[in-house]
Amino acid sequence: MSAQATDHAAHADHAHDEHHHELGWWRKYVFSTDHKVIGVQYGITGLLFLFFGLLLMLVMRWSIAHGEQPLPGFIGWITHMFFGNGVITWTDYTFPSGPRMGEVLSGWSLTKEGYNVFGAMHGTIMVFFGIVPAAFAGFANFVMPLQIGAPDMTFPRINMASYWSLFISCVILLLSFVVPGGAAKSGWTSYPPLAGFADAGFWHVLNGQTLWILAMVFNITASLLGSLNFIATMVQLRAPGLTWMRLPFFCWAIFITAYLLLLAFPVLEAAAVMQLMDRVFGTSFFMPTGLIVNGQPAAFAGGGSPLLWQHLFWFLAHPEVYVLILPAIGIVTEIIANNTRKPIWGYKMMVGAIFTLAFLSFIVWAHHMYMTGMGAKVSAFFQTTTIIISVPSVILLTALLLSLWGGSIRFTTPMLFATAFLPMFGIGGLTGIPLAFNAVDLYLHDTYYIIAHFHYIVAPGTIFAIFAGVYYWFPKATGRMMNEFLGKLHFWGSLIFINGVFGPMFLQGMTGMHRRWYDGGEVFKQTVGEVLYWNWWISLSAWLLGLAQLPFIINFVYSIFAGKRVTSDNPWDATTLEWETPSPPGHGNFIKPIHVYRGPYEYSVPGADKDYSPQAEPPPGSPDLAATPHLTPAAAH
Amino acid sequence: MEIPYTVTARPDTGLANPKLGIWLFLASEVMLFGGLFSCYIFQRIGAEPGYWPHGLLNVPIGFANTLILIASSVTVILAWASLKMRKFNQYMWFMLATIACGLIFLGVKLTFEWPPKLGHFGAILKKEALVKYEGFLGNEHLAERKLEPRVEISGHLLPPESYAHDAVKKELHGRALIEAVVHDPNVHEFKVVVDPENANPKDKANERPHFIPRDRPGDDVEKKLKAEGKSEEEIEKDLEHRNMLAVIHKEDVQWASSFEPKHNNYFATYFMITGLHGAHVLAGVIVFVYFFFTGRALYRRNPEQLANRVEVSGLFWHFVDLIWIFVFPLFYLL
Repeated sequence: MSAQATDHAAHADHAHDEHHHELGWWRKYVFSTDHKVIGVQYGITGLLFLFFGLLLMLVMRWSIAHGEQPLPGFIGWITHMFFGNGVITWTDYTFPSGPRMGEVLSGWSLTKEGYNVFGAMHGTIMVFFGIVPAAFAGFANFVMPLQIGAPDMTFPRINMASYWSLFISCVILLLSFVVPGGAAKSGWTSYPPLAGFADAGFWHVLNGQTLWILAMVFNITASLLGSLNFIATMVQLRAPGLTWMRLPFFCWAIFITAYLLLLAFPVLEAAAVMQLMDRVFGTSFFMPTGLIVNGQPAAFAGGGSPLLWQHLFWFLAHPEVYVLILPAIGIVTEIIANNTRKPIWGYKMMVGAIFTLAFLSFIVWAHHMYMTGMGAKVSAFFQTTTIIISVPSVILLTALLLSLWGGSIRFTTPMLFATAFLPMFGIGGLTGIPLAFNAVDLYLHDTYYIIAHFHYIVAPGTIFAIFAGVYYWFPKATGRMMNEFLGKLHFWGSLIFINGVFGPMFLQGMTGMHRRWYDGGEVFKQTVGEVLYWNWWISLSAWLLGLAQLPFIINFVYSIFAGKRVTSDNPWDATTLEWETPSPPGHGNFIKPIHVYRGPYEYSVPGADKDYSPQAEPPPGSPDLAATPHLTPAAAH
Repeated sequence: MEIPYTVTARPDTGLANPKLGIWLFLASEVMLFGGLFSCYIFQRIGAEPGYWPHGLLNVPIGFANTLILIASSVTVILAWASLKMRKFNQYMWFMLATIACGLIFLGVKLTFEWPPKLGHFGAILKKEALVKYEGFLGNEHLAERKLEPRVEISGHLLPPESYAHDAVKKELHGRALIEAVVHDPNVHEFKVVVDPENANPKDKANERPHFIPRDRPGDDVEKKLKAEGKSEEEIEKDLEHRNMLAVIHKEDVQWASSFEPKHNNYFATYFMITGLHGAHVLAGVIVFVYFFFTGRALYRRNPEQLANRVEVSGLFWHFVDLIWIFVFPLFYLL
């Protein structure tokens, strides 16, 4: 009904509007410039990569729990075929004709090299190809323009270029698994000098480590194009009446995140160019003098500094931590306000907190580098800033916690995930405070304690928020609800098993168990023997966590085709602007002009006729300003 | 559906979309080049005394290129102003001038700037071997003058005798010859017609080396003697006698290659930053060529939009210019 209305309007105005409603299938669903299609593309890509990253981890957990025992059945064969060989070269490359004698001896278990490949790629994929595309690019693309009442992003074609740049980087990354020698194996941080000479390969180009850098360059390009587009859209295309302090908090989170990406990622791009030159042209940006590899002097002029890479890398990668968490907090805020049916407590303070957080996140990076011996004075500075940055983080968490107080909470599936986010993020954040101190970090550095700490933030933190967002905005994207029973099954399974995975890791880490032991610490039994029995428990939890995702996959696919249709365009009785559009919204989003009259979270306003007052609803007795043509964005053009 | 504010400014922000977009893009570019320049600072401060070379670049040519880029920044503004005054033909001339400046800049880079370095040989000596080559390094003199020591002998690499037959000579010259000699296990020494600062290490004029564009005096002597019909052995003896030919044993050498990125961190940063800057110049030229050829159609439809496009790409062009304003003193003068 509504779609027809827009079509008629478009036909009537044919002289100005020469495109879009006769687009072919490819332009409509694949090479689309519509922010919603691009958002869904980002979201699906991100979810697929999150699942792939999970699978890599599940195989690694076998190796940790069972050492070098062969992998069970088909999994052993497939990992062997693709990832098992860390040592073969172009000359004796026999893929896919099957394993040869020397390799069969390893019994189709995950080799040491294979474990390193999986570890490096699990980190890379989860951070740069899973969470950022899904939590940031996906939701921001789909939801943010709707929430600010815009017809699309300011630069729709740059938006499309951004997604396809990410797509190219995904293809390069996946290809790197099947080149001889396997994918990158120097950790997701790609520290030189190891990353400088690992995998010589073909022309120094067709090998895992170099392809990793190339994939990152395309990934960074995608992020830059995307983030400048988000900022420009929020500055330029807010609907009339939507002042900055009337923005939903999710939009604020996206705005700040986009700035972080815009300013931090280019520095990693510079570092990636340098490492690329080290690998391809043999320069020594990160290669120290007198480097010995396998007993031979390395073929580098030397004079470079591995520490330079760490500085440049963490200058990106610490703001990246906030890139991972801020969109999640934004999503959770929307859902908490909607399901507690009351305004967010301390909205302005939260906005101030994320500004502070963003600024401080640029001056804390070297707390990842206490072990490098960079000096006590430098450490003291970064120790101080790191402690300070916990203040705005705590403000955010406290404001959300207080928002629950006195609400009549609806425990829908998205709300369950959003509620669980709070304690999980809390555990992750509070366990980070000891790490900020130089003296404690020297002991805990690179142990499972670190693994548990940051996974509590990104796994039951950000990924739970992603699930919450999917359940919450699914009806807007498809016009159908997701199944509540399967959703709750998914939630409880995930919550229980994810704590089974990461909880015991704190214990293991405090005993001193190192994060990169491929056999789960068998060799170091005399030092960490007391906590090794947890390995089996954690692995079991991890596999069950993998199983617990099945209800989600079934629910997601089933609901697209056969979910319960929504009865109204605003099934959650929400206030923000995205619910003023048809479900799913057509190209151009809004079918009527929009004017904003109030803040984002006016739930349960005393004296109102219902328990929510949509932002676009004129107050009683006030004229409908949206009907006044000179105030609409289209008229100003 | 149409996106608002693509051409006209939004009243409360005072900006049209493209202008905001380009400023955000330039912010990210500042961080990119900021990362590269901080690498330059880090490497230069971290270098041991003597290992960060000075004055190897051709200052007059670099200065000429600086002027050319600044001129192109002026012409692109004039092109924009012409559009604002609705003088399309004038716009075309200024646009052409801008494109020409960009191309001249790149041309100079690819003929006078980069290639001479790739054929130039340099051998960084092991610390314990420095004394052996004191005649070419003059480190005692430099120490008296409280200057950084010399650790490198550079110049024109002569092909070894085993490479004497014509077939090999024809194939191998410049960088290829240097690579072959450096990696040939049967060659045990480098014969180098040295640069002025190695020929006259105590000359005050050579305290800051400047071999490009100056010709090596040794080259002239070699040519003259060749014309007189002297044998190669006699020529080498003569050059050695004049301290113009260095014979460097491979075991004394820590690193030898042409002046390419892998030679040392100075050339690595130099080629990386000027290379990325050159890529930006090329990108700007491509955009301007596009406006040059498609501008007329857009001008007829919406002259203001063309003016906006030229303004926005002009902002990018000024930024590229600004980067060069940093590159020139950092690499050429300091």
